[in-house]
Amino acid sequence: MDYGFTTAAYVVAAILFILSLGGLSGQESAKRAVWYGIAGMALAVVATLIGPGAGNWAISAVMLIAGGAIGYVVAQRVQMTEMPQLVAAMHSLVGLAAVFIGFNTHIEMSRLFGLSEEARAALTGFAGVIAHKSPVEISILRVETFLGVFIGAVTFTGSVIAFGKLAGKVDGKAKKLPGGHMLNAGAAAVSLLLLLVYLQTGSSMALVVMTLAAFFIGYHLIMGIGGADMPVVVSMLNSYSGWAAAAIGFSLGNDLLIVVGALVGSSGAILSYIMCKAMNRSFISVILGGFGGTTGPAMEVTGEQIVIDAEGVAAALNDADSIIIIPGYGMAVAQAQQSVSELTRKLRAAGKTVRFAIHPVAGRLPGHMNVLLAEAKVPYDIVLEMDEINEDFPSTDVAIVIGSNDIVNPAAQEDPNSPIAGMPVLECWKAKQVFVSKRGQGTGYSGIENPLFYKENTRMFYGDAKKSLDALLPMID
Amino acid sequence: MKIGAPKEIFEGEHRVAMTPDSAVQLAKLGHSCLIESGAGAKAGFSDASYAKVGVEVVASAQALFDAADVVVKVRGPEADEAKLLKSGQTLISFFWPAQNPDLLAQIAAQGATVVAMDMVPRISRAQKMDALSSMANIAGYRAVIEAGNNFGRFFTGQVTAAGKVPPAKVLIVGAGVAGLAAIGTATSLGAIVYAFDVRPEVSEQIESMGANFVFLEFDDKQDGAATGGYAAPSSPEFREAQLAKFRELAPEMDIVITTALIPGRPAPKLWTADMVQMMKPGSVIVDLAAERGGNCDLTVPDQKIVSDNGVTVVGYTDFPSRMAAQASTLYSTNIRHMLTDLTPKKDGVIVHNMEDDVIRGATVTRDGAVTFPPPPPKIAAIAAAKPKPKAVELTPAEKRAQEVAAFKTQTRNQVGMLAIGGAIMLGLGLVAPASFMQHFIVFVLAVFIGFSVIWNVSHSLHTPLMAVTNAISSIIILGALMQIGSGSYLIILLAALSVFMAGINIFGGFLVTRRMLAMFQKS
Repeated sequence: MDYGFTTAAYVVAAILFILSLGGLSGQESAKRAVWYGIAGMALAVVATLIGPGAGNWAISAVMLIAGGAIGYVVAQRVQMTEMPQLVAAMHSLVGLAAVFIGFNTHIEMSRLFGLSEEARAALTGFAGVIAHKSPVEISILRVETFLGVFIGAVTFTGSVIAFGKLAGKVDGKAKKLPGGHMLNAGAAAVSLLLLLVYLQTGSSMALVVMTLAAFFIGYHLIMGIGGADMPVVVSMLNSYSGWAAAAIGFSLGNDLLIVVGALVGSSGAILSYIMCKAMNRSFISVILGGFGGTTGPAMEVTGEQIVIDAEGVAAALNDADSIIIIPGYGMAVAQAQQSVSELTRKLRAAGKTVRFAIHPVAGRLPGHMNVLLAEAKVPYDIVLEMDEINEDFPSTDVAIVIGSNDIVNPAAQEDPNSPIAGMPVLECWKAKQVFVSKRGQGTGYSGIENPLFYKENTRMFYGDAKKSLDALLPMID
Repeated sequence: MKIGAPKEIFEGEHRVAMTPDSAVQLAKLGHSCLIESGAGAKAGFSDASYAKVGVEVVASAQALFDAADVVVKVRGPEADEAKLLKSGQTLISFFWPAQNPDLLAQIAAQGATVVAMDMVPRISRAQKMDALSSMANIAGYRAVIEAGNNFGRFFTGQVTAAGKVPPAKVLIVGAGVAGLAAIGTATSLGAIVYAFDVRPEVSEQIESMGANFVFLEFDDKQDGAATGGYAAPSSPEFREAQLAKFRELAPEMDIVITTALIPGRPAPKLWTADMVQMMKPGSVIVDLAAERGGNCDLTVPDQKIVSDNGVTVVGYTDFPSRMAAQASTLYSTNIRHMLTDLTPKKDGVIVHNMEDDVIRGATVTRDGAVTFPPPPPKIAAIAAAKPKPKAVELTPAEKRAQEVAAFKTQTRNQVGMLAIGGAIMLGLGLVAPASFMQHFIVFVLAVFIGFSVIWNVSHSLHTPLMAVTNAISSIIILGALMQIGSGSYLIILLAALSVFMAGINIFGGFLVTRRMLAMFQKS
């Protein structure tokens, strides 16, 4: 087959990918859209295999099947609460693959320089693509390769650390080596210097050292970011993996790689932006880790936390007509989504209006709560986002907060000195009564006191979310 | 310990401090219970019903005071009763220590301990034993019922075949517990309810009960809330503004229920004779502050009078007692909660912990000494009301100007970005070869498409979005596939590994996305 066919197949694949992402605008169309993505991917792989440059089909097929089998098993077995880890792990694979492919390009380049003019002209395939380049094009190729490896390497170690933090294998707290961000800046400066060296000489050493520096940046950057900022980190890594693919696409001169890389890159960038906006923090401050300094003493919290038992909550729920449930990371930790779903089913069966309010940064992954609730068979049309439901709290009888803290903190609106001042929050305290299911009297990720717990209409329902809800269930009629 | 409840000897008092239900609960705390024969009769609890749950029925007050370690009562002790108290005995009842200093001193001298239910501090933890609130709640309810009894019309508006009936208009003055209860009762009967209070922070509570808050335009930063959530006396100017507002409302109102009380002072006169004069004949005023002199000029405590212009003024002071069964149930529960706090180990041993804010606050005599007044409680009852900044109303011209300014900055930003972006592009074009620029166009357009497509993705599908972008970012497999045909073994190895990893991603990513999406179900 000739080159034209491959390009044509790429065009079709690119359109399929765009449709696949566009289809995610609604739950029903998304179910169709995922098939577009699969079809696009299959088409792209087949077209590449029969296109120029491909060879060693046997190895390719074996590797693809082996990888596919692992992917299949993982996809079937993964728990929905483990989605953040899975996504992070997958990002790391893309990052590492980008590093390898970048190195391959480099090796191919070095090898070709050893060849004579005639030998080069005779080359076909990928080697041929490189061989026919002019000196300027070679420089650009080097920059592209360098960038691809750099972004890939940062993505790889960053994702590995993010995976470790999300899976609880690495301490979730923000940690930095002495020197903090200066180390990152230093590593980045070294990388930039090495780029210049690499441009001039094409030395393998420069590429390897840069890769190590990038590995370090990825590791150190993500180590310095705390657990609750993970939604931003994961979407940022998502973005990076896209940009890495695009950079590799440039170096290989493959438009499909560029298109898809750009799509994924911009998708991740938008997700990061949405997450940051939902926390009222700048992207930079999230990446640099920790919360900014406060501008004054925090408002004093008056009143006391009032504890309630399951019977009290059940009585209030039996009396209520409209209920809003606000799930947070605590629900995922306690694996309480099934109990929440069962509670919802019972309350709805009793003719009550039950809805869910989801804050954009609830959980450890954008949209994490939605997936958990969907898994537990909570219908998606009662799961609403913050902007859709915030105005309804004053007309709500009972709001139940399950394992969230900062996203329902009234200090964000009431206390201009609060570190989270200005962050959009779910105004659950406007409901007639609020129940907070919480493990203990700790503070949230931001480490600040939550005045919600001290409000007059708030009752604290201490204990593991799942156990508390299971105790509650038999009392609901 | 033996807990005993004597018969109330105050004239017209129908309540009792112990019910069969509360006796059962007290037994669970390890106490045994006594009751004077006939104590619960007026509240509808027979001696037999007490005996049935194991309460010992004793014949006389004397016998009860002799046997009991703790005496629980509703009304404060009369002089005769006070004499019966022994050293070491505890009395739990309403007491009003500020009004009864002589009695207080006498009992202290006798060596008895008095826990005054009216002195329970107003903090959240003590709500369950706040008898004033539970009694006020009953009074508020009963006040509306009493008003309805004396009011010749419906509360709710009706359109019937026999003609249209307008709804009754009810004004509640003072939105404390009694006021709020009255609001709730009156609204649920269908009346149009207005409510006034000097504490601006209760406006939300008033509105939440379904009444209209009578807003008083007053510049001075008057805050009617004193410590402990009760109202404080107001300045003369404020009072004038308040009365003017009432005069405005008086002709329209069918029923007025006044509940304004300031701790330790006579009730403020808020509904003056001329206001009563303005009201329509047949209207009703219920004065819940009658015991302390009344909020209305015409109020005669314990009596119902009719004014010259036919307005009924109800000045009863025994509203809770008029609902003795309900009042006894609530009051005995308050008492039971107090005893729960006094019996921390539930073993029938009373530990009088003077470090506890609630117990310290309520105890007025102990070990022969008067312990009234208590030190101020450590916890504030209600967070101080914060002045709410008013949103500045913008004139249309200002709004327009703002829009124009916003549009201008937006344009400036956009044009600026485009200019910078364009300059970078052109600069790149000068050095980069045409082959690069071809790919670059594709890249930039793809970024644009990406941005516009992703903005439309539903928030709830962000996790599937990440999984699917993850899968398609494995398009990087194409690079590996192109390189795997190379001659170098190192390249083949690295490319093969890349294919392997991308393979995991492609299958894993797509399949997990499909799994997730299949879970999203409509109800």
